[in-house]
Amino acid sequence: MHRLIVAAAAALTVLGGAASAQETLKIGYIDPLSGGGASVGEGGLKTFQYLADELNAKGGILGHKVEIVPLDNKTNPQESLVQAQKAVDAGIHYITQGNGSSVGAALEDFVTKNNSRNPGKEVLYFNYAAVDPSMTNEKCSYWHFRWDANSDIKMEALTNYMKGQASIKKVYLINMDYSFGQSVRSTARKMLGEKRPDIQLVGDELHPMLKVTDFSPYIAKIKASGADTVVTGNWGQDFALLLKAAADAGLKVNWYTYYAGGAGGPTAIKQTGLENQVFQISEGVPNSGNKAAMDFEKDFRAKTGISVWYPRAVNEMRMFKAAAEKANSIDPVKVAAALEGMKFDVFDGGEGFMRKDDHQFFQPIYISSFGSLTDKAKEPFDEENTGWGWHIVSKIDTDKTMLPTTCNMKRP
Amino acid sequence: MAELIVISTLNGVLFGMLLFLLSSGLTVIFSMMGVLNFAHASFYMLGAFFGFQLTRWIGFWPALVIAPLLVGVVGMGVERYGLRNTHKHGHVAELLLTFGLAFAIEEIVSMIWGKSPVDYRVPAALDFPAFTVFSTNYPAYKIFMLVVSVVIFIALLVTLKRTRVGLIVQAALTHPSMVGHLGHNVGRVFMLVFGVGSALAGLAGVIAGPSLVTQSDMAALLGPILFVVIVFGGLGSLPGAFIASLLIGLIQTFAVALNGSLASVFGPLDPSLGPSPLTDIWNVTIAQIAPILPYLLLVLVLIFRPMGLLGTRES
Repeated sequence: MHRLIVAAAAALTVLGGAASAQETLKIGYIDPLSGGGASVGEGGLKTFQYLADELNAKGGILGHKVEIVPLDNKTNPQESLVQAQKAVDAGIHYITQGNGSSVGAALEDFVTKNNSRNPGKEVLYFNYAAVDPSMTNEKCSYWHFRWDANSDIKMEALTNYMKGQASIKKVYLINMDYSFGQSVRSTARKMLGEKRPDIQLVGDELHPMLKVTDFSPYIAKIKASGADTVVTGNWGQDFALLLKAAADAGLKVNWYTYYAGGAGGPTAIKQTGLENQVFQISEGVPNSGNKAAMDFEKDFRAKTGISVWYPRAVNEMRMFKAAAEKANSIDPVKVAAALEGMKFDVFDGGEGFMRKDDHQFFQPIYISSFGSLTDKAKEPFDEENTGWGWHIVSKIDTDKTMLPTTCNMKRP
Repeated sequence: MAELIVISTLNGVLFGMLLFLLSSGLTVIFSMMGVLNFAHASFYMLGAFFGFQLTRWIGFWPALVIAPLLVGVVGMGVERYGLRNTHKHGHVAELLLTFGLAFAIEEIVSMIWGKSPVDYRVPAALDFPAFTVFSTNYPAYKIFMLVVSVVIFIALLVTLKRTRVGLIVQAALTHPSMVGHLGHNVGRVFMLVFGVGSALAGLAGVIAGPSLVTQSDMAALLGPILFVVIVFGGLGSLPGAFIASLLIGLIQTFAVALNGSLASVFGPLDPSLGPSPLTDIWNVTIAQIAPILPYLLLVLVLIFRPMGLLGTRES
């Protein structure tokens, strides 16, 4: 038995050596492909595979073919660490993840430890959606780069917009019970309190993450509270099912959300009939008016069957290529150095940059509302065949999204 | 407040009746065979996926009848070719068989239908608000679910208490060998009961699928709560399962609706104590601990009344 393992190991080394001559650049995609988070995880996978194909069609990154390796983490931090170790053992130097800041924090810690223990075998963590602010503040790591605006940045922009909406009188907060949801709730409390002290907070709910299948008890509670506005950071099925229950009960309120555009969200909003009453904050929308982005959207939809949920993932992959070319290497240490402070023209137009202090990417962000599309020429894209789509109601330029960081970056 | 109470009661009773459809089969199978069927929630999942697939092919109404029958046939197959063969090796072997079966069914389902939720919708004929309480709409489909569960409950009760078949089943529960000596085929009775139990779980799946989420982890989500119901109600007791189902449905729903915490009863802690685990416990609301309440109940029942509410024996 022992001899067999040695022989197998030897064979693998030989094979590995042969492959490295024309090495493919593998990116470990660690996200939920089963369980409650699967619907968004599968959408993310399709997005990254499409982006890898796009890069490969133009010669890959420095001649290396890009391959996405799907690793199912079931939205579970422990499982994610197992998958990350699996990726490292397979010789993967880049991992990407987005769903769940609990997972994100675990991975950030993992790469930091891994890289200090294994010099020469560094791993970079590209984060496209885990937005807990602590990841680029007190817990920041040199090996982590985040392309999505963190939760505080989004809440700052969202509350600035809400400040001008005089009709908002009673706000209800409902969030998923984990690091990100708790961060949304406490920031919303703080910022709304400062900007609109007249607003009454009539409810503040945390519910189990990705476990609730029927939100009607929660909806009954929102209804009883007399709220006119709900603020939620819910994503994936926790958003879709929340809105589905709201539609069933006929709850008529305004919704300020982070992730209304994800799988099942648009369908559920259409069911509620709340036209232009559901708002989302994001770094891009399909009907942005940017020609290159809209051409991309059209081709993307035709090939994957979903909308571009993650313009930030496009930025991530294209910027990865640009950084590798700048460093003239796919060595993670050199790529990380090249990414620091790098400026980049983002997917939906405008310039963004990767702040050196905390590895947070700053970019223009948009508040959009969901409703019927009047001008098909200007706004050709609806969502999930509902006939409704996203309109931009407010744009926040890069310089207006800057928030200070407490990150004390330890550089190698 | 009155509105919250009415809606929460409706939701709680509905969830409770759904739990009863599942736990009735589980508890009867347990009292007959002495086996806790770990795969029972998997039959519920199979029901939902069969229902989804048949709805695609032939429509919801035929699916409502055919899908549970199919699940029942699968259940009978499991009893006839699985459990009956392992029976001679004792209960542990049977338990392990159902345990393995639960995982096998989950994997097979995700292989066929994928791991993300399938688009199983409420039939158009029932997709409207049935009535409005205060200003909240109550969906007609939920009323339909309630009616189906109540009808099944009554049918089950009448069959067990008023018919010859029920008499034999009840006798086989406690005195299987005597029933065998009287010339009844106890093996077939067991197989039929297992089939009916599975079919009931399947029916629960077909009607719950469009309202909840139909995906490959739905069995794992509901499974543990079923054990709470039957232990709480008393293993093998049908009225016990009924009361426990309703109680747990109501507790789950009302716990979500309540906002109370230690802080709201005794006032906030002295801020000088700062953030600590104590302040976390102090500020946690009943709504937040709602998901663990049933399990807490399970632990308490096992400590203070091991036979459950209406159970007659201790294991």
